[in-house]
Amino acid sequence: MNWISNYVRPKINSLFSRREVPENLWTKCPECGTMLFHRELSDNLNVCTNCNHHMPISPRARFAALFDAGVFTEVKVPDPLPDPLQFRDQKKYPERLKAAQKQTGEKEAMLVAEGEMGRTPIVAAAQDFSFMAGSMGMYVGNAIIAAARRAVDLKRPLILFSAAGGARMQEGILSLLQMPRTTVAVQMLKEAGLPYIVVLTHPTTGGVTASYAMLGDVQIAEPNALICFAGPRVIEQTIREKLPEGFQRAEYLLDHGMLDRVTHRKALRDELIAITRMLMGMPPAVKGDLPPPAAEPAPAPAEAATGAPQA
Amino acid sequence: MNYLDFEKPLAEIEGKAQELRALARANSEMDVSKEAEALDRKAEAALRDLYRTLTPWQKCQVARHPDRPHCRDYVAALFSDVMPLAGDRGFADDQAVFGGLARFNDQPVVVIGHEKGHDTKTRIEHNFGMARPEGYRKAIRLMDLAHRFRLPVITLIDTPGAYPGKGAEERGQSEAIARSTAKCLEIGVPLVSVVIGEGGSGGAVAFATANRVAMLEHSVYSVISPEGCASILWKDAEKMREAAEALRLTAQDLQKLGVIDRIIKEPLGGAQRGRKETIEAVGKAIEIMLKELSAKKPDTLIRDRRNKFLEMGTKGLAA
Ligand SMILES: [Zn+2]
Repeated sequence: MNWISNYVRPKINSLFSRREVPENLWTKCPECGTMLFHRELSDNLNVCTNCNHHMPISPRARFAALFDAGVFTEVKVPDPLPDPLQFRDQKKYPERLKAAQKQTGEKEAMLVAEGEMGRTPIVAAAQDFSFMAGSMGMYVGNAIIAAARRAVDLKRPLILFSAAGGARMQEGILSLLQMPRTTVAVQMLKEAGLPYIVVLTHPTTGGVTASYAMLGDVQIAEPNALICFAGPRVIEQTIREKLPEGFQRAEYLLDHGMLDRVTHRKALRDELIAITRMLMGMPPAVKGDLPPPAAEPAPAPAEAATGAPQA
Repeated sequence: MNYLDFEKPLAEIEGKAQELRALARANSEMDVSKEAEALDRKAEAALRDLYRTLTPWQKCQVARHPDRPHCRDYVAALFSDVMPLAGDRGFADDQAVFGGLARFNDQPVVVIGHEKGHDTKTRIEHNFGMARPEGYRKAIRLMDLAHRFRLPVITLIDTPGAYPGKGAEERGQSEAIARSTAKCLEIGVPLVSVVIGEGGSGGAVAFATANRVAMLEHSVYSVISPEGCASILWKDAEKMREAAEALRLTAQDLQKLGVIDRIIKEPLGGAQRGRKETIEAVGKAIEIMLKELSAKKPDTLIRDRRNKFLEMGTKGLAA
């Protein structure tokens, strides 16, 4: 069952998924209109080589770039009750979930992994905006709790990449209660004296911003990421005036004292290594691409390259 | 009396009874008591019928009823030595959040609540119970005070949600809510919450992450307003009835989901028709909840509260 759902399905789906675009395809930058060669774009971590616009990046692609030689092990996330509210809007919730799984090849909106980053052992969690807008429900809550518990067990820092339209409405009150649940997870790390670093990516909004995404020891955002509680449209409707240019964007939040740093995606890894090593009292990092850690059992090459789940 | 749209049949009956009594007052020859009493009985039967089968959307309307008792009414009736404490020490005092020291059954406590206001002037003053960051930061400060001086904290929840404004966002609305929820989870004193009207999203959870959470029978507690949910998922704000149904936001459903600990019964026709009884019932529930927690040590209170939230969601509606 696990093998099928975690391994085979993503592989089969990837044949049809939009993420595995043939290499001869081009992507148009939504910001400046430049046509970008797919390979060039993915080598640049989905940042436009012309205007530096940060496009969405999947948790797997992010982890492949973050961990040494792209090697990481997935941390298992406990399955929540399926559809606890028996929610139905125009579609049934389980149907929406299935569609998102088919489209992304992922099980849910958050991926948790452990591994080394610049020879620094870490646990990392990344939210997947392409999966039902990254929305926070029981699974995402369980993922953050599992990540925190794993980090505490291994005495490692937790690095969390947020991206979400907010709470998963289809889980009603249970999505709202992920705010306190994930806050408990953050408190586990604090009590264990372990760093919790949040990287806010575009967009991070609603109950996600108003819980674990704003409680980091260090708060870093990617350039121009929208970070807010209430979205700009809701605010414009409430106050009936146009909002200033750049309102609720990363740089704006930095100016207003809500963030520590705004960092280009390409520079992020080195910064995270430097920060976590200082907070963990480790010596300075060795710069450059490192081979996979020798201590870890070497996975099959194909799996290592795609960061596929390991047993 | 303010009537809700679904109370129209009731409004007609009660209107007739009133008219009849007014006529009789103007004309001493007339004896209408029999007819008026018959109408009263009819009205009561109608009220009983209506309130026995309130739909989730009707409950939202009742929860928002302007004549329901609000935070200040509970504070005035249930507490003594009430000493409001103001300000976040950084920017302002948020009138949407009441907070202060008071005695509950002579025991010193900290009481915090959303205040919606009761007429146009006070509603504007209190921003309709929608707090800005300063409101949450005031609450954080008062919870700290409670923790240091070992005072139980009582929170009264009644908000459409946190205020979606420009200044609120600039001053860190998300961060303030996140820290307020975190503070609820950190204090080593009993924390009990009562949803007295609307429990609106993050603005509510920031005060309601408590050891015990009670809800009034016709109050609601939800991740999003039915109107907001309808406009996002149905692409039609008019589908709020369907959204209210799907969200499971009633006290009855939330108790089944294991999200709240107790339901406080409202008088016939809702809290707005029996303000005094409602306030007394809430006082009784607070007393019981505090008693349940009174013997627990600070560490136990913190651990129990955290475990309670960690375990939430393991109980589905179908279970
Ligand atoms: Zn561009």
